[in-house]
Amino acid sequence: MADPAALLRKLGHAVTERVWRLGFAARFFVAIIIYSGASFRRLHLTLREVFFSGVLSLLIITVSGLFVGLVLGLQGYETLQRYGSTEALGVLVALSLTRELGPVVAALLFASRAGSSVTAEIGLMKATEQLKAMDMMAVNPIARVVAPRFWGGVISMPLLAALFSAMGVLGGWLIGVVFIGVDEGAFWSQMQAGVDFRFDVWNGVIKSFVFGVAVSLIAVFEGYDSVPTAEGVSRAITRTVVTSALAILALDFVLTSFMFRGA
Amino acid sequence: MSDDILVDIEDLHFNYDGRPVLQGINMKIPRGKVVAIMGGSGCGKTTLLRCIGGQLRPTGGRVRLERHQVCGMSHAELYALRRKMGMLFQFGALFTDISVFDNVAFPLREHTDMSEEMIRDLVLMKLEAVGLRGAHQLMPGELSGGMARRVALARAVALDPMLVMYDEPFTGLDPIALGVIGQLIRKLNDALGATSIMVTHDVQESLLIVDYIYFVSQGRIVAEGTPDQIRASTDPFVHQFVHAEVDGPVHFDYPARSLREEFLSGVAHG
Repeated sequence: MADPAALLRKLGHAVTERVWRLGFAARFFVAIIIYSGASFRRLHLTLREVFFSGVLSLLIITVSGLFVGLVLGLQGYETLQRYGSTEALGVLVALSLTRELGPVVAALLFASRAGSSVTAEIGLMKATEQLKAMDMMAVNPIARVVAPRFWGGVISMPLLAALFSAMGVLGGWLIGVVFIGVDEGAFWSQMQAGVDFRFDVWNGVIKSFVFGVAVSLIAVFEGYDSVPTAEGVSRAITRTVVTSALAILALDFVLTSFMFRGA
Repeated sequence: MSDDILVDIEDLHFNYDGRPVLQGINMKIPRGKVVAIMGGSGCGKTTLLRCIGGQLRPTGGRVRLERHQVCGMSHAELYALRRKMGMLFQFGALFTDISVFDNVAFPLREHTDMSEEMIRDLVLMKLEAVGLRGAHQLMPGELSGGMARRVALARAVALDPMLVMYDEPFTGLDPIALGVIGQLIRKLNDALGATSIMVTHDVQESLLIVDYIYFVSQGRIVAEGTPDQIRASTDPFVHQFVHAEVDGPVHFDYPARSLREEFLSGVAHG
C-alpha cells in the first residue's frame, strides 16, 4: 500500500507547483502589458503577427464556419418543422452562431492552429538561445517577441469569430433556403427581428475578445516557460491546446451566466 | 580599479539549486586583450560568462565592468551597459525568421536612428569583415555551421562594442572553419580596439590567438598564464588538458559506487 505521507507530499507538491505557475503567468501578463508600448509604436511588428495568427487561419475558420452553418441548417430545420415554424430557421442559426458557436468554436480552432504555432515558435527561439541573444543585445524579448504575438492574437480573434459566424449564416442559408426551400424573406426578416445587436452580437464580440486574451496569453506563456529541449517544446504545445480548450469552455460558462440571464 | 582593467572579478560565487558552481573566482581582464577561459564541460565557464554579462546574478562577490558594478544594476542600467557589449553564442543564435542581412542589421535598427541607407552600408561592411557580404540575402537555414557563426560574429560587433564575449565559438566546426573563426576573433578585436573574453575548451586554436588564459575546474581558477607559460607549464591539470590525456587529475567517470557494490545491490536503478 502506498505511504499516505508520501501521497500527501506528492499532492502538496503538485498543488504548489500549479499555484506557483499561475502566479508566474499573472506576473508575465503584467509584464506583457507594461512592455506593450513597442507593439503599438512599431505597428508593423503587431501587424506581422496579425498576418501569421489571423490571415493564415482564414482557411480553417471559413471552411469550418461554413460546415457548422450547414449542419445547423439541417438540424434546425429538422426540429423546427415538427412545430411548423421552419421560417424561424434564420434566427436559430444566427443566434446559435453569434452567441455561442462563433466565439467558442473559432477560439478552439484558433488555439489549435495559431496558439500552438506561437508556442512552438517562442519555445524554439528559447531552445536555440535566440531569446537570450536578444536580451544580451539589450532588446527586451517580452517587448520585441512576446507582446506583438499576444496583441496579434487578441486583435485577430474577434475578427475570426465574426467571420466564422458570417460563414455559418451563409451555410444555414444555403441548406435552408437554397436546398430545402425555406422562404427567403422569412429567413432573413426573422433573423433581423430576432437578433439584438447589443445582447447577441456585441456579447459575442466580448466573448471572442476574452477568448483571444486567454488563448494568446496561454500560447505565449507556455512558449516562454517551456523547457528548452525538443521534448519540452512539444509538451508546451500540447499544454497550450489543452489548457486553451479548458479555459475557453470555462470562461464561456462564466461569461454566458453574466450576459444572458433570461433577458 | 586601474583604467587598464576592463573587467575585474573579485571572489565570485554562484550556486545553482544549492549546488556551488563558482567558488571564489578572481580575474582581471585588461583592455584590448583576448582572454580565454578554459576548462572541462560543466566546470562553470559559461556561468562565469553569464555573470559578467549580467544574465545571472552571483550569490557572492562582485563583477566590475569599466566603472560599473554589474551585479547591483537595475534592468535599465544593465541594458545601457549591454549596448556596449557583444556576445557570440555557442551555435550562433541567429534569428531564423529573418535574413542574414536583417540579423546583422537587428541591433542597429533597435538601438540607433540611422537611415536604412546607412544601415545597409554598415551591415555590408560588417559582413565583408567576416567574408560573407555575398551571402547577405540568404536565410540562416541556408548557412553552414561555420558561416552561421561568422554571421553571428558580424552581428555581435555591429555596434562596435567595447567587450565581446564568445561562448564556445569553435564547437562543431571543421578545422578550416575553426581556423577562420579564430583568426576573425583576433582580427576584429584588434581592429575594433575591443576586449574579448572567450569561453572554450579548444586548446590548440586558443593558444594561437589569445593573450592570456585562465583554467577553471570545479568552479575555481586552477591555473593561468600566457600561451607560452601554459605550453611550458608542469601543472598536472594544465598538462592533462593541453595534451588531452585520459589520465590525470580530471576524472573521466561520473562519481559512482564501486562496481562490486552496484552489482551486489541486485537492483538496477533507471
